[in-house]
Amino acid sequence: MRLTSLTAAIALMAGAGFAETVAPSAVQFSEYGELEASLTGQPGDAARGRDIMISRGKGNCLACHEISALKDAPFHGEVGPTLDGIGGYRSEAELRGIVANAKMTFEGTVMPAFYKTSGFTRPGDGYTGKAAKEIAPILSAQEIEDVVAFLLTLQES
Amino acid sequence: MKFKALTAIAALLAAPAFAGGADDDTLVLNGEIEMTTKVAAPAHMAETGIDEIISGWHFRSDETQQLQTDDFENQGMIFVDQGLETWQTVDGSEGKSCASCHEGPESMEGVAASYPKWNEEAGELRTVQMQVNDCRENRMGAKPWKYDAGVAINVEALIASQSRGMPVNVAIDGPVAAAWEAGKELYYTRTGILELSCASCHEENYGNYIRADHLSQGQINGFPTYRLKNAKLNGVHSRFKGCVRDTRAETYSPGSEEFIALELYVKSRANGLSVEGPSVRN
Ligand code: HEC
Ligand code: HEC
Repeated sequence: MRLTSLTAAIALMAGAGFAETVAPSAVQFSEYGELEASLTGQPGDAARGRDIMISRGKGNCLACHEISALKDAPFHGEVGPTLDGIGGYRSEAELRGIVANAKMTFEGTVMPAFYKTSGFTRPGDGYTGKAAKEIAPILSAQEIEDVVAFLLTLQES
Repeated sequence: MKFKALTAIAALLAAPAFAGGADDDTLVLNGEIEMTTKVAAPAHMAETGIDEIISGWHFRSDETQQLQTDDFENQGMIFVDQGLETWQTVDGSEGKSCASCHEGPESMEGVAASYPKWNEEAGELRTVQMQVNDCRENRMGAKPWKYDAGVAINVEALIASQSRGMPVNVAIDGPVAAAWEAGKELYYTRTGILELSCASCHEENYGNYIRADHLSQGQINGFPTYRLKNAKLNGVHSRFKGCVRDTRAETYSPGSEEFIALELYVKSRANGLSVEGPSVRN
């Protein structure tokens, strides 16, 4: 709890011009898996978030989730729940935590962690099947913020 | 029937075809052999929560399913014919072919149903391809074939086709128990940057779509598989490799000890389903 409010405070300062990206290894989740503070101190861009969610090489969220607002993009999966209206019943902090590392919210979930760089078994170099040389998170800190911004636009229609 | 029409309408309304699970068509081969494509799960699967094992055939479109019902439509059979040519072709220092020792391919009936299998003399667990290579090296004086490569897969398909309709029945106890456990461990290990295991997709989510792919139970009773996607026969280990790669992981190699163990474990999850190889998939 303390830590979260601390990061929140840092983020506030960051907003005031000390922008500092929180590295994946430094992210502190709340007991329930939330992340109160922005990972970059910058607001997310919902339009970019939308592209990231569709793109197979980025979030590829559509692989597992059905989202009516993205019906123009083909093939929505059914592995996870629909995200329609998610911005109405999940807070920004919950959504940021879920996108960064859903396992902190849903223990053992199949949903990948998008902002994580350690603790993997046989990490690969993209989709080559070869061993990873260095491990970058699937999404950057700002891309997480962009996705969260888009999710917040998904209100019950 | 009524129910089906209703779901069809519902699917149309729902835009993308959320077909939801396995269909209830039946697979009859060449109008003759009735295939067991759904059956009670073997006892060792009690802890998985899966009580019925289902062939991957049920998760494919009607058009793809149709191709497997008739040997004249099944493009995999072209490679079986090529395998038969290889079967009869002399190779190596001993001047022998497979046919010199085994006569016709009918002698291979039941082989695909029971492999991977323990070889007592060699003291090792062997896949069909390993056994074939053992014959090549030690009886024919020929070079072993590369794992899952064209010729090896053609001959494996020829051998599999001799068991079509027979129930898969691999042993999991005795000398292979340790390999079976190792394979099981691999099946449940979440690999790669996406941290997914075979079970994440094929146990927890079969019947669901993942993007455009309709997830099956990942059964291997239909291997080798002719895939419309790459228009060739695909081996079990190559499929495993592709699935592991898709978790953004460092894969194992076809023919590796890990994939041999995984093959035994996955094959044991098909105990009771008919051998279908060569099957047709997308
Ligand atoms: C491999 C599958 C998979 C992918 C890819 C995936 N998710 Fe999920 N997601 C799930 C599952 C499954 C759940 C349900 C949590 C649980 O109980 O396991 C979930 C839950 C969620 C939730 C919470 C839903 C609720 O009702 O509370 C959100 C929000 C979410 N995902 C967003 C995303 C976003 C954004 C992306 C891409 C950046 C994404 N997911 C990618 C499988 C996935
Ligand atoms: C990210 C999801 C995912 C994971 C993880 C995964 N697979 Fe698959 N697998 C698929 C998809 C998609 C297909 C094609 C559709 C189908 O047949 O299920 C497939 C197909 C298969 C098939 C072909 C089935 C047939 O009827 O032809 C086998 C066998 C298989 N997988 C085994 C495995 C094994 C073993 C593992 C673990 C080493 C694994 N898969 C991990 C997604 C996955």
